[in-house]
Amino acid sequence: MLVSFNWLKNYVDLGDITPEELAEKITKSGIEVEGVEYFAEESTNVVVGYVASCDKHPNADKLNLCQVDVGDETLQIVCGAPNVAEGQKVAVAKPGAKLPGGFKIKKVKLRGVESNGMICSLQELGVDEKYIPTDIADGIFVFPEDAEVGESVVSLLNLNDAILELDVLANRADALSMLGIAYEVAAILNKEVKLPEEEYSTTDEKAEDYIAVEVEAPELNPYYGAFIIQDVEIKASPLWMRNYLMAAGVRPINNVVDITNYVLMEYGQPLHAFDYDRFSSEKIVVRRANQEETIVTLDEQERTLTTDQLLITNGNVPTALAGVMGGANTEVTPETKNVLLEAAYFDGGTVRKTVKATGLRSESSTRFEKGVDPNRVKKAGMRASYLLQKYANGKVLSGVVEFNELDKSEKMVVVETSVINARLGTEITNEEIIEILNRLQFPFTQDGEAFTVQVPTRRGDITIFEDMLEEVARIYGYDKLPYTLPEGSNQAGRLTEKQLLKRKVKQYLQSAGLTEILTYSLTNEKNINRLVSPEILEQKPTPINLAMPMSEDHKYLRLSLLPEMLSTLTYNLARNQSNLAYFEMGSVFISNEQKINKQPNEILRIAGAMTGKWLEQTWQQEEKEVDFFVVKGIIEGLSDYLEVPMKFHQVKIENMHPGRTAVVKIQDKTIGFVGQLHPSLQKDLDLKDTYVFDLNVKEILGVYDSEPSFEEISKYPSVARDIAFILDKDVFAGDVKNVIEEVGAPLVKQVSIFDVYEGDNVPDGKKSIAYSLLYQDPNKTLLDDEVEASFENIVEAVNNKFKSYIRS
Amino acid sequence: MQDQLEAIQKEALEKVIQATDLKELQDIRVSYLGKKGSITKVLKGMGKLSSEERPIIGQIANTVRDAIASSIEEKTMNLEQEALEKRLEEESIDVTLPGRPVNIGGPHLLTSIVEEIEDLFIGMGYEVKEGPEVETDYFNFEALNLPKNHPARDMQDSFYITNELLLRTHTSPVQARTMQEYEGNQPVKMICPGKVYRRDTDDATHSHQFTQIEGLYVDKNVRMSDLKGTLDKFAKKMFGEERKIRLRPSFFPFTEPSVEMDISCKVCNGEGCNVCKKTGWIEILGGGMVHPKVLSMAGYDPEVYSGFAFGMGPERIAMLKYGVSDIRGFYTNDVRFLKQYHKA
Repeated sequence: MLVSFNWLKNYVDLGDITPEELAEKITKSGIEVEGVEYFAEESTNVVVGYVASCDKHPNADKLNLCQVDVGDETLQIVCGAPNVAEGQKVAVAKPGAKLPGGFKIKKVKLRGVESNGMICSLQELGVDEKYIPTDIADGIFVFPEDAEVGESVVSLLNLNDAILELDVLANRADALSMLGIAYEVAAILNKEVKLPEEEYSTTDEKAEDYIAVEVEAPELNPYYGAFIIQDVEIKASPLWMRNYLMAAGVRPINNVVDITNYVLMEYGQPLHAFDYDRFSSEKIVVRRANQEETIVTLDEQERTLTTDQLLITNGNVPTALAGVMGGANTEVTPETKNVLLEAAYFDGGTVRKTVKATGLRSESSTRFEKGVDPNRVKKAGMRASYLLQKYANGKVLSGVVEFNELDKSEKMVVVETSVINARLGTEITNEEIIEILNRLQFPFTQDGEAFTVQVPTRRGDITIFEDMLEEVARIYGYDKLPYTLPEGSNQAGRLTEKQLLKRKVKQYLQSAGLTEILTYSLTNEKNINRLVSPEILEQKPTPINLAMPMSEDHKYLRLSLLPEMLSTLTYNLARNQSNLAYFEMGSVFISNEQKINKQPNEILRIAGAMTGKWLEQTWQQEEKEVDFFVVKGIIEGLSDYLEVPMKFHQVKIENMHPGRTAVVKIQDKTIGFVGQLHPSLQKDLDLKDTYVFDLNVKEILGVYDSEPSFEEISKYPSVARDIAFILDKDVFAGDVKNVIEEVGAPLVKQVSIFDVYEGDNVPDGKKSIAYSLLYQDPNKTLLDDEVEASFENIVEAVNNKFKSYIRS
Repeated sequence: MQDQLEAIQKEALEKVIQATDLKELQDIRVSYLGKKGSITKVLKGMGKLSSEERPIIGQIANTVRDAIASSIEEKTMNLEQEALEKRLEEESIDVTLPGRPVNIGGPHLLTSIVEEIEDLFIGMGYEVKEGPEVETDYFNFEALNLPKNHPARDMQDSFYITNELLLRTHTSPVQARTMQEYEGNQPVKMICPGKVYRRDTDDATHSHQFTQIEGLYVDKNVRMSDLKGTLDKFAKKMFGEERKIRLRPSFFPFTEPSVEMDISCKVCNGEGCNVCKKTGWIEILGGGMVHPKVLSMAGYDPEVYSGFAFGMGPERIAMLKYGVSDIRGFYTNDVRFLKQYHKA
């Protein structure tokens, strides 16, 4: 809402407060003023001049030579405007004048003729082009005849007006009118509100003899008032009205249209003027549109409607889309003689639906959507009638033809001083409450500390105690509220074990060299099925897509964190960042319903991707590329750190390297995978060798025990034994290790692999894997025989199972 | 004999002085003090001495022996010390050469901000709650006093999946869920961080996905001044003790009264500059007293319980605190951007 400071002065005595000071006060008491702009940049020495004569320039066809009386002198001015003419009163920038943009007026010679000043257009005086009436868009501005020659144009054209830009939130529909702002400002400044003139005289003829009103859908249109104004004279509206409309962001058109717009801004009540003769019926019928019914609106567009929309008709054809826009067929034109004026109350929800369906949002629809003041509907019609009589010489017929089922009653809200203080933490007195209610101009009755407030209908947002609590608080001043801390609940705050663990997992990965990233949960069609972990695929998930996506790129809820993560790798590689180690913790969204109708399963996962060098070459260190075992090592580290044992088995997953991918399991349950991307996918994404992992955090959480497992450190010595097996090449080292651990338990405390070898001295098709075993007994010193016996059992078991033999 | 011994001592001490390594000293020890050494040899003639002379010579022999032994010992120590010094000198390295690099990652800036805020409120006795990102229309809107067709739903155009399911537009549904969980008979004191989604076109100040942290305190006798005091504590811890806060009336369907909180601009200290658009204040968060309808829908009697709620955007806080100028930067994941904020 744009609020003209000068216009506001008509309703409230603003004293000598500056626009900026007022803006600050309005913001602090509830409606944010986003900025204060001036209607036009400053200009000086521009006055009203009378064009005494206007002749063709002797040396130029398109220029005129004017003699302009500016009061104290007559200036010869060369003017190029097509609409300049003798007898006009115009804006003259005298020599020495300054115009917006730092433009200075000097005496000059144009085509050999002296020109002592400039006749100005509104643009040249700094008015925004979009507000300038179309008929003078290319020409100079012409003042009404009563403008005084020699008078400064700045105040005449309201050029020095300050415009407050208010951000009016959904609850304060009242602030979408100058009167509403006036009440607000009056409350803030503790002043009176001066209401506009609404009294007009009427002719002997009755409006009801010209029009009848029939409402078929009263629930959508509880009030409809029709006024008839005859013999209007269509012309420009008065200069002050045009000025205020432009300041409020509305382009002036003609007096009838301007007056409806002016009252819309002033009262917050949209009005509509029909050309009575073009309405061509004596009956207004308000009804729901028929399915597929059409109307051509004022903007010449044909609109196809549904039964959700409300129409004004002449009983036969639609003449307006109720509350949104008039029809072209009944539009007021320069030829209009008789006006049918509508002042109505339309249901906000219906208008909202119409706006959504047609995309037509207007100053009118915005106000109906948020709700207009039931007690101002008819008054607005009266105000417009008054103005039409005064500024369009219209004859207003007596009576208002009405359909009226509107609830205009005022809400009663009871507030008690002690409850207010208990809720606010304040010590406001009864006297202060009385003052606040008076400032708001809310009538009330008092019974001790209980006030029964009669809330004016302009404040439809106030219906319950808490609404009044806010009114009291904001007029009292939020800045006067004390600072206190809650006196109740003394619970100790802390993260849950699961929340702590999530932090630990992230911290672990960070210390392992990975950087956390955040990507979008919404992804595209290409990515949605990519790199989905096997245990999720098993559930046959249905990708969840948005009903109305904004773009193809953000259409589906992800099933894996990896595709978007890989996009970030591509992004970074393209910027010469080649060594990357990323992780992200976030949810994927699983539903296996064919038609989604309940909330999907949100599964928290931790995924990572690594590419480039793991070790940089330095003066004492060879460089090393990331490989499978770097990534696996990181996951094993996590497994050790959390004491959640994880196992790895080779697996084939689409888009992953078939020989370098493993599923990760906890107790035989797949929780994710790790491996290298398939080279074709790498190529597709412009990636180098890239290794990824993706694990289900919830499953890890499920097994995790926050109590560290504590075991007495054995005081007895341990014994180490090494052994190398010659195995078939396709035997997995991990399987052998499992056997060693199984057979060696409980004395074998640790099994590690310290060498893997193929080549000289190892037969073709075979490999040698060397294991180091650590024996320890927590209770006594181990005997050689015990170790020997266990060791032999292990060798025998392995050799039996894998057809292997000991490397000598 | 005495002369012989004294000569041996003289000779031995000279050799010790001249010895240059431990081996030589060992040889000297053997040849003078050993079982077949020269002193023993001399003493073999003791038998020929008189009983008066014998103890005298014996004493002299001991003196000679001790002198040689201690000189060898002293020399050994000297030589060892020399050898150690020599070795240490050889072991000297160029300490200005770089150390072995350690790969270290770091958190995302938003995680740092969220955890900082979590910890701050945990310190004030709040618990951290989480909720689903795909919400029901009921929890996202209706339970928060935003019935269908409420004009305020305009403020947050949403990503719907079906008529009843959508990506949550704020973390406020977690309020409603938590209150339901607590069944209307115990205090609720929680914050909930999380991802939220709105139908905005991504640009420097808008993102279709962003982060929010919501706080809620419901108890008997909660006052609006408690909200003010709590937010003041938060602002001072988060942005510096010298920051001031300002509450302004605002509107949210789920709070009444509602507030918008500004902090004094740290760039100009409230004087007015470009960062704060000449106002001296920067908008940080919204909040208010929990609307009685929200309380009663969640099973709390608004006559008995009252509460406050607030919500803030970690992106905005990060932008203000660390001068990030484009919200898309948080989701582009340019490694150079991320690394700058690892210690944030």
